[in-house]
Amino acid sequence: MSSDLISWKTLNVNTKIKTSFSEAVQEHPLKNIVVTERIPRRILGSTPSTGRTTPVSTPSNISEPLANALKQLDPLTEFAMHEEMDPLSKIAAEMDLTDSCIRTVNEGNKKKDEKLFNKTDLWSYRRAAILQKYTTSEKLTMVISYLIEGEKVVVKAQSTAVDKVQHRLEQLDSFEEGSQRKLNLSQTEYISQIEELNKELIMVWNNEQRVKALKIAIQCAKMLTDTDVLIFYPSKFVLVTDILDCFGKLVYDRLRIKAEYYKPGSKVPTALPEDFTPDMVPSTAKETCLNWFYKIASIRELVPRLYIEMALLRSYYFISSSDCTEALFRLTKMIQGIGNPVVAVYARCYLCRVGLNVTIKDSNLTYLRENFDSFLESYQHIFRSVKGQLHKEKMSLSTYMTLYAPALDFIMETVTLHSPESTLNEILANCKRYSNSSLILNTIMSGFKPAYVSERCLQFLSMIGQCTDDGIPLSALLRTLGLCVSVSPPLKEHRAQILNSVYLNMNLLKNPSEYITCFEVWIQFVAKYFSTKEVDSLLGDFLYRMIKNEEQITYSVELQNIMDKIITNISDIESFLVMDHFFAVMDLFEDKSRLIEVSKVILCKYNATVHQTDDPVVTNVLMYLASNLHDSINMLTPEDEKRQISQILCKTIRIVNYGLDFDLQLDLYVEARHAFCILDTVIAELVKCVNNLAVSVRQVVKGYHTRKTADFVRACAAYCFITIPSINCTRTRLKLYLFSGQIALYNSCLGQADACFKAILSTISELPCSTDTDLFLPAFVRQFLSLLMVVPDNPERGVLSLIKSLLNTIRNFKWQTSSSVLGFFYVHVIDLLSVMAQEVYPYHVDKVESNDSLWGSDPKFIDEINNMIAVVIGEILFLLQDLGPCQKQYQIAMELFVRFAVRADLRVKELNGLALKLWNLCIKSNYPDIKYMATTKTYLKNKSLTCDNEELQRLAEKMSLLQK
Amino acid sequence: MSITLDIKLKRADKIYSEADIVSGILVIDTNSDFKHDGITLTMEGSVNLQISSKNVGIIEAFYNSVKPIQLLNVTCDVTQAPGRIPAGVTNIPFEIPLKPKPNRVLYETYHGVYVNISYSLRCDIKRSFLSKDLQKCQQFFVQYKPGSASCPQLPLKDNRKPVSFELSPKNLASGGSGAPDFLLRGHLDTVCCNISKPFKGQLTLVRCAAPVRSIELQLVRVETCGCAEGYAREATEIQNIQIGDGDIAQNIPILIYMVFPRLFTCPTLITTNFKIEFEVNIVVVFEDDHLITNNFPIILVRE
Repeated sequence: MSSDLISWKTLNVNTKIKTSFSEAVQEHPLKNIVVTERIPRRILGSTPSTGRTTPVSTPSNISEPLANALKQLDPLTEFAMHEEMDPLSKIAAEMDLTDSCIRTVNEGNKKKDEKLFNKTDLWSYRRAAILQKYTTSEKLTMVISYLIEGEKVVVKAQSTAVDKVQHRLEQLDSFEEGSQRKLNLSQTEYISQIEELNKELIMVWNNEQRVKALKIAIQCAKMLTDTDVLIFYPSKFVLVTDILDCFGKLVYDRLRIKAEYYKPGSKVPTALPEDFTPDMVPSTAKETCLNWFYKIASIRELVPRLYIEMALLRSYYFISSSDCTEALFRLTKMIQGIGNPVVAVYARCYLCRVGLNVTIKDSNLTYLRENFDSFLESYQHIFRSVKGQLHKEKMSLSTYMTLYAPALDFIMETVTLHSPESTLNEILANCKRYSNSSLILNTIMSGFKPAYVSERCLQFLSMIGQCTDDGIPLSALLRTLGLCVSVSPPLKEHRAQILNSVYLNMNLLKNPSEYITCFEVWIQFVAKYFSTKEVDSLLGDFLYRMIKNEEQITYSVELQNIMDKIITNISDIESFLVMDHFFAVMDLFEDKSRLIEVSKVILCKYNATVHQTDDPVVTNVLMYLASNLHDSINMLTPEDEKRQISQILCKTIRIVNYGLDFDLQLDLYVEARHAFCILDTVIAELVKCVNNLAVSVRQVVKGYHTRKTADFVRACAAYCFITIPSINCTRTRLKLYLFSGQIALYNSCLGQADACFKAILSTISELPCSTDTDLFLPAFVRQFLSLLMVVPDNPERGVLSLIKSLLNTIRNFKWQTSSSVLGFFYVHVIDLLSVMAQEVYPYHVDKVESNDSLWGSDPKFIDEINNMIAVVIGEILFLLQDLGPCQKQYQIAMELFVRFAVRADLRVKELNGLALKLWNLCIKSNYPDIKYMATTKTYLKNKSLTCDNEELQRLAEKMSLLQK
Repeated sequence: MSITLDIKLKRADKIYSEADIVSGILVIDTNSDFKHDGITLTMEGSVNLQISSKNVGIIEAFYNSVKPIQLLNVTCDVTQAPGRIPAGVTNIPFEIPLKPKPNRVLYETYHGVYVNISYSLRCDIKRSFLSKDLQKCQQFFVQYKPGSASCPQLPLKDNRKPVSFELSPKNLASGGSGAPDFLLRGHLDTVCCNISKPFKGQLTLVRCAAPVRSIELQLVRVETCGCAEGYAREATEIQNIQIGDGDIAQNIPILIYMVFPRLFTCPTLITTNFKIEFEVNIVVVFEDDHLITNNFPIILVRE
């Protein structure tokens, strides 16, 4: 210690006579912070956090050439569109289709009115699903007579002269009619060819070649006669009807726009309004429209004629308001002339679709029903006629039957949406007459309102049992029924019977994949309405099936679905976890990522429903699931995923609570530490939990530790002390050390606390230099300092050794910003030290003797403190000099002045002088906060009066507020 | 210098009946004024008969060619005297009553193979020898006025009962050789049809041993030309409409539905010089190309 140190003397506050001095403040300290100018804050929820900006593409029929050019996809998107789907997404699409049907119908109740006017929706989601599901790798044939001239020119532009002539000749040839070419195309080529035809149609139309446009449309419709590659037919239907829709719209729009309509009282002709009536249509437009219909009436072939007429149905409104409805009924009858049942049912589907779009309110919608009935009538015909073709295409009957599903489901949906409940009964009765055909049954189950179906679940089950034909397989029927039941609960008294019946039926399924698809749906029903016992026994049955299954197919997707469904529906998750077959089922997962997903879902559900558990078996399962999650983390796991998993694990750890069985609880934490060593957050959570445990123990013994409890809390402290170093984040470690140290102190484990504090000192130097650290460290150190006050000195290491080492550590720390932080730190040390010099400390830890009682204000001890303060002040003064005149200097000097005024014994002249110097330094600084200084002065004056401190009073008088 | 001449009729559908007044405007669009030596407007109507080449050998003995039968020929002068047409668009309205020549009847417009009945308006602008004459023809259609006494319709309106039919190998003309066992039942709503209404009926394939490929409706015109000395009768197809495609379901009624095409049909017409009659064939084609036809003569009327 150098000789120029001032000799500090701490003012001893006489606690006995001291009446706490307090002064009313004029202004609330936080008042200044009031923000006068409010910046509009963006609400987080308002912006889509998922960042999905891709607009959902909707099929649109645009006739303008420009828009058409825009419609052209970039090659990448095109590729993606045409890319054959992997089997998984195919299955998913298929499920979506069935599931969403049910969902829509379910929503249909509520939104019926909305639905009626939003008819295109019904189709659009089906459309996408069909395109996804019905794909082929076989070659498709297409007969084309109108080749795309534009394309050919582009392709051959660079060829030689001879080629050019030849090409020109070819091109001329292609203009002639009848030069049809049969093309063998792959599916992608086929689709692009249809796309080309669509473009061609629009182009030709815009070039005023209406007849040619009609011919192209006919050509397209003709493709629907051809069922060469059956499995592709539904997709073909979708593609072709898109073109037809487009054609119908072109004709309609042109007729409407060309029709010169004179508004009443106006002489200027305008296009017809959207909602015109036939008597508004001028005779020329009627004539043109009639011509169209005469033209299409003479189309030779049945299928194209029907399709084109359906496409143009809307234009009937130009002629009369009743023709359209009549045509709908007539077309319904005419479709019976189509021999191929698939072609016929899709034609009906298109009719219903177009019909819904063209019919206006209150029009007769019974044609929908008629279409369905007509299909029923010709149902037996399906089996008679297709055997040959199926054999040729090597397609099974059940696959063939699924071709009907999209069309039939759509028809059914339109029927159910627009008819009362009684109609459904009639249809059902009708269906029975046709010997409970499986296809129709399936359609009814997926088309009717789920509530209706599940009410009659038993009836349906018996009908399924009586199914005579081999159309839709049993598993698919059960599945559809299961979907209905899961959406809408069946009658309570029937449930057990239903389960039995379904169980028996499921046992009939030989193929494991059929079994699993059924099981997937029905387990939901069981989980929802039955106890865990039933779920368990069903799962047992399932396991038996899966183990018996020799084929090496894994059903991870289905398995995951099954687990998901059980978890979402089961009410008692705890008993689910402890049921006999739980682990066996989990073992079935071959795909680890799915196992992890399932574990995560289970834990989430568990965390959300259960608040506390003390069942060791459950805990065991939880630990198993949690370690599944934990083990899934590797170098490549994204931060977010880690955070999510950590949160789940922390929550789970907190849920397990053995109450007073502290040993067991600590064992669990030890085990958890071992199991979740990678995740910092979880480890930190464990440390907190153990500390919590230690506190609970202390509360139980009310502070009077027995030997056993003392050992236990020491074990807890030891646990913390050895666990903390494995955490990566330095700050977390610091906080936890401090926390653990506090708890150790609270439990009178002085040695352990001391170890923690020493660990803090060594850890501080590990903090990285950054602005963040500069913000974090002062706050942390202040907290630490306030704790240090009550920490008794270690007799082996001399007086105030901890504070001294802290001072050294902080002084040697490499601060990022200027040394001003250090200045404030010193000021706080002065605070601490001057409090420590008091006879009685303001606070204590229960059952821990602090320095005040240890030293009993021994003069040596006080001297030591005063010396230290003197050294610190020396440091600060040196710092102030170093800083030079600046705001920071002012702030530190001001702080120091306040300490002098309040903490120092001003009777020492040197101190008094120094205080005044500091004041003058502040007032002369360039950045004085005069208001603050004035308040300080008043405060000190009042304080001196109250405390009877003459020196302070004199000092206050000398303090001048005059600047320079 | 460009001149366009156009005849615009008032009625959009261009359909007129006897005693109607055909009205419209002549539109002359020119970018510079020009002289003319008179403008005339002619309304003509005639039946053109043509002899089939198949029969030409027989007929040639009697006639070298069959003269057209003129039904209507009215000429009116728009301006007799030479004059000038100013530059720009000139509209000249006209009205001509539709009246047949004495002792003639205005038949309905019809376009067939051997018989053609057509009506037209022709406008001629005569000009000096230095420049070409201008001519423009505009066809219009004649239809009988329903209920009018003057139309030459046949008194067949009483025959409006449905006609049912049954086809099986037994009642085939060929005796059913080569045909599979089948039974086709059906009915036509009537064989005396209103030309403006579709032809309707229904048929059912009750049973059939072989798959059907197609069921079609064939509309046939039977045109007879000639006179007392000799005649040529020709049946040609107007259109063929498929009503059943592929192997149709049995015992399910199929709709017979056909719209009569506009220009190629007219009410059945029987005159001394020529006849226009129609027939419908129901054609069943089996998968093995075996073909069965059932013929129904029909009478078309306009009501």
